[in-house]
Amino acid sequence: MSTSIEIARRGVPRLLAGLSYHHPTDLAKHLRIYGPLPAMRRRFIDVVDASGLTGRGGAGFPTGRKMRSVAVGRGGKVVVANGCEGEPASSKDRLLLTRLPHLVLDGIVTAATAVGADDAYLCVHEHETYLLEGLDCAVAERRDPVRITVAGVPGRYVASEQSSLVQYLTGGPAKPTYSPPRPHERGVRGRPTLVNNVETLAHLALIARHGDRWFRSAGLLAAPGSMLATVSGAVYRPGVYEIEAGTSIGEVVACAGGPAEPLQALLVGGYFGAWLPADVAWPVPMTHAALKAAGGALGAGMVIALPASSCLLAETARVVRYLAGETAGQCGPCVFGLPALADAMTGLAYHGGRGRVLGQLARLLPLVERRGACRHPDGVTQLIRSALRTAAGDARRHDQAGPCRGMLREPLLPLPGDD
Amino acid sequence: MKLRVNPIACTGHGVCAELLPELIELDPWGYPLLADAPVPADLLDLARRAVAACPTLALLTGDSGVASPAGVRRGGRHASRA
Repeated sequence: MSTSIEIARRGVPRLLAGLSYHHPTDLAKHLRIYGPLPAMRRRFIDVVDASGLTGRGGAGFPTGRKMRSVAVGRGGKVVVANGCEGEPASSKDRLLLTRLPHLVLDGIVTAATAVGADDAYLCVHEHETYLLEGLDCAVAERRDPVRITVAGVPGRYVASEQSSLVQYLTGGPAKPTYSPPRPHERGVRGRPTLVNNVETLAHLALIARHGDRWFRSAGLLAAPGSMLATVSGAVYRPGVYEIEAGTSIGEVVACAGGPAEPLQALLVGGYFGAWLPADVAWPVPMTHAALKAAGGALGAGMVIALPASSCLLAETARVVRYLAGETAGQCGPCVFGLPALADAMTGLAYHGGRGRVLGQLARLLPLVERRGACRHPDGVTQLIRSALRTAAGDARRHDQAGPCRGMLREPLLPLPGDD
Repeated sequence: MKLRVNPIACTGHGVCAELLPELIELDPWGYPLLADAPVPADLLDLARRAVAACPTLALLTGDSGVASPAGVRRGGRHASRA
């Protein structure tokens, strides 16, 4: 195990090389640590293609291909940096934006230059005023060839879906739209728009400096580079860790100090991800392909360790109730289906199912799946299905006999408003 | 031709299920569940009538709607995955 941890740590930190725990890294220190942003090479998108960088916001789409689809569009382009981090269990974007803002801003400039955009927006939640102020200061420190506007968007979960951001920046409500057209075809004010997560853009800033071969020197052939993982739950040192892509989940937990008590399951990928039994999850590499094959999802790289003495169903029911409240209120199956699912899960977790709830859930889930304009309802059903699979025995006992002692424990999964 | 529904525009009037019960049924909340197959030739006229009758213009054929030229190929129902 110790050698594999060394392998996991070999090529990192990269993004976090300039991290200071006390102050944001200002422009002078940023340039000292990472070096100046070189003048844009021609055919930079080819370099991004060759690097194999994929989106770090959850979907894992190849970044070069996305950039090219925007670059070939007509007229002026727009770049939108998504720093909203709607996932309550993720902290990596906030870490980058508060501590290493210039890395993200370098990435925005790099992307904008490459696709031919002279306008860029950096989106964060509007209630995080300290973040807005800090980023405005960072932008003011620089002389960029691109106009970067720091934009506050509403703090709701679905407001940071990419079509929501595009509609909001165009002057509409921060709610998902029915696609097509997709943002790269017709985005902000009708212009081809590149929407990228801020971590993805920070990687671009380093690829512009060091090239694609350097990027590939960490991680796996099929999943190159490094990534930020947010580890929480029953571990000794919860936090954000930079790991090489493809590091196993067990090693990621070890980076965070290891399990603080015996573990039952891990929630990988956050609330749009899936539960995996601890022993199944342990050797699985942190890549989209490997996690999908194991019945999970990488999402934006969250790992939450659930202790054996917690009730997985109660934890899930609480999160499903929160997610049901976060619907944009636009699509019927989401508006009515998610509260019905939350009711069923709450009944199962806290009151027992009188032998009926599991069947009810099996009927409800297909009525919600793939019936919304965005993937919000699909994320909820994936979470519930994984919970019923991972805690199958518990679910049957709850349905037949009633709740377990695990619900006496303080809830572990973080929700906004908890603190 | 395939039918699809814009779930944002749909408010669950249920006219489509009245006009085309062969391909459309309603879920417990009154929203349409579409058969996931191309419309058979003998139902094409009825399907077009159901599309035209939707009060919120939410029922679409696979080759119409809000799509831009590049987007119509997809004909998918759900939004971007990024």
